[in-house]
Amino acid sequence: MALQIDLDLCTGCGACVAVCPFCALTQRPSDGKVEVNEACTACGACIEVCPVGALSLPEPTSPAAAGQSETHRGLWVFAEQRGGQLQDVTFELLGKGGELARELGVEVGAVLLGHQVDACVGPLFEHGADVVYVVDHPALAAYTAEPYAEAMSALIKKHRPEIVLAGATSIGRSFIARVAIEATAGLTADCTELAVDPENRCLIQTRPAFGGNILAAILCPNHRPQMATVRPKVFPQPAPVEGRTGRRVDEQVELKDPVVRVLETVDAMQHEVNVAGAEFIVAGGRGVGGPEQFKLLAELAEALGGAAVGASRAAVDAGWISSFHQVGQTGKTVRPKVYIACGISGQIQHLVGMNSSDTIIAINKDPDAPIFEVADIGIVGDLFVVVPELVKALRKAQ
Amino acid sequence: MHIVVCVKQVPNTTQVRIHPETHTLVRDGVESVMNPFDENALEMALQLKESHPDTVITVLTMGPSQAEAVLREAVGRGADKVMLLSDKALAGSDTWATSYALSQAIRTMSPRPDLVLFGKQAIDGDTAQVGPSVATWLALPCITCAFGLEVADGRAKVKRSFEDGYEILEVALPCALTVVKEANVPRMASLRGKMAAKKLVIEPTTAEMIGADPANIGLLASPTRVVSILSPPARSSGVKWQGEEPADMARKLVEELRQRKLI
Repeated sequence: MALQIDLDLCTGCGACVAVCPFCALTQRPSDGKVEVNEACTACGACIEVCPVGALSLPEPTSPAAAGQSETHRGLWVFAEQRGGQLQDVTFELLGKGGELARELGVEVGAVLLGHQVDACVGPLFEHGADVVYVVDHPALAAYTAEPYAEAMSALIKKHRPEIVLAGATSIGRSFIARVAIEATAGLTADCTELAVDPENRCLIQTRPAFGGNILAAILCPNHRPQMATVRPKVFPQPAPVEGRTGRRVDEQVELKDPVVRVLETVDAMQHEVNVAGAEFIVAGGRGVGGPEQFKLLAELAEALGGAAVGASRAAVDAGWISSFHQVGQTGKTVRPKVYIACGISGQIQHLVGMNSSDTIIAINKDPDAPIFEVADIGIVGDLFVVVPELVKALRKAQ
Repeated sequence: MHIVVCVKQVPNTTQVRIHPETHTLVRDGVESVMNPFDENALEMALQLKESHPDTVITVLTMGPSQAEAVLREAVGRGADKVMLLSDKALAGSDTWATSYALSQAIRTMSPRPDLVLFGKQAIDGDTAQVGPSVATWLALPCITCAFGLEVADGRAKVKRSFEDGYEILEVALPCALTVVKEANVPRMASLRGKMAAKKLVIEPTTAEMIGADPANIGLLASPTRVVSILSPPARSSGVKWQGEEPADMARKLVEELRQRKLI
């Protein structure tokens, strides 16, 4: 049972029923007192609003996890590399992880899994790793979830870190969930903020839920390690310190042969600028109206000197542009210098993916579109008139 | 072939709003739907059944009793069997405990599935963790973000989407997949299917019936804990230009970007 309800205290005011995000609370027809159903996720939203303190959650106690907060030390970052190329999110995590590790008084470890990836070790030290654990194994040459999870789980078992962070990328999200089960660890997905409480050494993980409508703060009180995936681009990359070095630990791990075989890798973005790392993004939404019209945005992107073209879910769902361009809760998170939203109304699902952009420019003919609430510069007007004018003005300015 | 599709009933989050004063979720009039990515997983199973007619599709959901609506929807579209895992003891489960419960439910099924399909993620929690976690409990390989599937000779050929491209992978059955929306366009329920769905009697399956260890389910077994719910910080707006000539606004914008040293 999740939520505890003290029926003697409950006055049947219904305040909790109104705030429950999951429709898990109902009032009994007989006396109006509150009942909880299976939809309860123990989020605690109701507890705060109850005027009489009738609601509570039991303290989690897990005999299996007892004392783990004493036996586990250190913060780890999964060093994600693809084809020997370290991904930016790894550096972002080393930066943030370093801050958290200093508060806890522990080292930052980077876990590098792959085959013949020695070239990755130096940059990990330069970006803040104190220790780099390397598992070099042929089974890790091409990424598949099972051997990666096996290797990471083995290292966790041996070294007992208290925190393990990975990027919320295709790779990070697909194998780390396996590790959490194998290590009986708590795992929080897709965090956008991290902090630590040095008192109880808990990682305070904040993440958007309900399509970005709310932020949930999540703790993992008893189990260690505390694991989280973190959205790329939410933390800045630290500047590398040239010549900085640390301890390299080579780990021999026995791995089963991969059960999934990679037959072919196809790069779908080879002629296009990827929105994920772009400094300038021109994005289109429902207002763009069709696939042909996206060429107008491509023109603006070109006039800006090679910006990426992004899209809202509405444009992707309509089939006007491929999902590789999608920005938002179910797409990519971006943090460009300039984000130009054209014909995007600004639903919360889109905003969570782009609202940490340095400068947001919105072009929309509806003056009441929510996108204007986050825009630094809003232009109320028809994008089919404004964008060509903008292209003209940019070309003239060069 | 036996395919299990795990689906979740979710509030349509695109309709959810935050109350401007109380900062709580306003869910009045928000409908409950089958998680959109799960619709793609179901469609993938239904299409496979078209080419492999001896296939049986079982749809599994965990949730409150009203979650049976998504099972009826699935039968309307062509699923053969359903299981509603519903028990107060499961309330408050995080992805660790949820995935354990689902894996136990799948273990009770006969024959054991050749394929277990999930949506990439649910649009309310957005964790994308339950699919690979269930696979781990069941000791199955799992390919996430799948958008193409061919099955022949006990092997699956899967297209798996990445941030900037895709891979073609091969794996022996049984295996698990999580499915993205590019996979297909989900069908509507047929008239015949709707009739079958209407007649369907759905008895909830309890935690005891799937032999779940009470120490592994519900809130107390869940390693993670939501400690507070906050509203996202608002970003303040800047200037808004309207009623001017488009050409003038365009020039002003270029000038502004220059002054801010952005171009």
